[in-house]
Amino acid sequence: MSTVKLTVNGKAVAVDVEDRTLLVQLLRDHLNLTGTHVGCDTSQCGACVVHMDGRAVKSCTMLAGQADGASVTTIEGIAKGDELHPMQAAFRDNHGLQCGYCTPGMIMSAIDIVHRHGGQLDEATVRTELEGNICRCTGYHNIVKAVLDAAGRMKVSQAAE
Amino acid sequence: MYQTTYHRASSVDEAASLFAKGSESKFLAGGQTLLPVMKQRLAGPSDVIDLGRIKELQGVELSGDTLTIKAATTYYDIMTNADVKQAIPAIAYLTSVLGDPAVRYRGTIGGSIANNDPAADFPAALLALGATVKTNKRSIAADDFFQGLFTTALEDGEIITAVSFPVPAKAGYEKMRHPASRFALTGVFVAQAKSGEVRVAATGASQTGVMRVGAIEAALKANWSPSAIDSVSISANGLLADIHGTAEYRANLIKVMAQRAVAAAR
Repeated sequence: MSTVKLTVNGKAVAVDVEDRTLLVQLLRDHLNLTGTHVGCDTSQCGACVVHMDGRAVKSCTMLAGQADGASVTTIEGIAKGDELHPMQAAFRDNHGLQCGYCTPGMIMSAIDIVHRHGGQLDEATVRTELEGNICRCTGYHNIVKAVLDAAGRMKVSQAAE
Repeated sequence: MYQTTYHRASSVDEAASLFAKGSESKFLAGGQTLLPVMKQRLAGPSDVIDLGRIKELQGVELSGDTLTIKAATTYYDIMTNADVKQAIPAIAYLTSVLGDPAVRYRGTIGGSIANNDPAADFPAALLALGATVKTNKRSIAADDFFQGLFTTALEDGEIITAVSFPVPAKAGYEKMRHPASRFALTGVFVAQAKSGEVRVAATGASQTGVMRVGAIEAALKANWSPSAIDSVSISANGLLADIHGTAEYRANLIKVMAQRAVAAAR
């Protein structure tokens, strides 16, 4: 057992876990942040993507101990109160989900894509960049539309800040 | 996953001493291979020594005609590094087609070559560029480092600290990606050294892991162009065959990927 200290969604937490605990297990089982999903558990589907120190990582492929001292943001931490993050709003408006299982990971990856590419995003880039996130419902079409829509909204909201 | 004890090392020396104390220790860098293997209970190390936060293992240095990438530098940091893009753009490209964005944020060059998966990308770059692997004990030429499937010259407890690449005149990499795993169904790295020497390495093709392709090297030495490879014949003997492709298919892929790599080389 070890005590892992990290910041999750802006709050400092200290959690006692077995050393073999994965970051996704710490989030879901110890902090009850069940928005982060476990899809494949083999690093392929991306349902477990969270941000660690600003980078979108697969939380099923990290030990909790590797996140010690880091700042982690999950899907629960991106809205401002009742106001959805522009990426969440764009997924809703563009019907970028059906069953919703992949959605938290999609949104966390998509925010990272917009951060990296800014205004340079086009459809082909979004499709390539989303290759680490698998959706079995939508055929991706509306997800891609949502990401492109959100890229514009995030630019506007950044400019306003 | 079996029980294990996690240690975060803050220096290479500390990592080596932690490793020696465990009964069956393993080094952990980005964890993009080791952790999936541990989750499947194919590995059950008593102790996991995390190298990922060791500062002396991070970063890229370009000095004269040598590009040095430290071992725990992530694929993303390699892909976006200005010195890498300028000195050996083929390495920046290779990292851009390796895994997916989340994997690239975590996976490291040292982890890739220490594991020596027969379909991994970086072994091909090291072999074709004639790189040198630096460890906490010695320097090992790429020709001596890769010794077969998941097998390297590393001794128990030896830590890769960096990889040094001679900056080539030209280099290129192309691969046929497996669409799900993103590993190379076959990938070929071609390099023309500043001395004029031509080296070509293929990954994902051979049953014994990454390999030089002498016939293509000879053809390119005579004439550095994709068409020079047209008449080369590659034997399917000893090549991998699985549900994704026959040995003959991979033999053809070696040629086609080599031609595309030469066309893309700069």
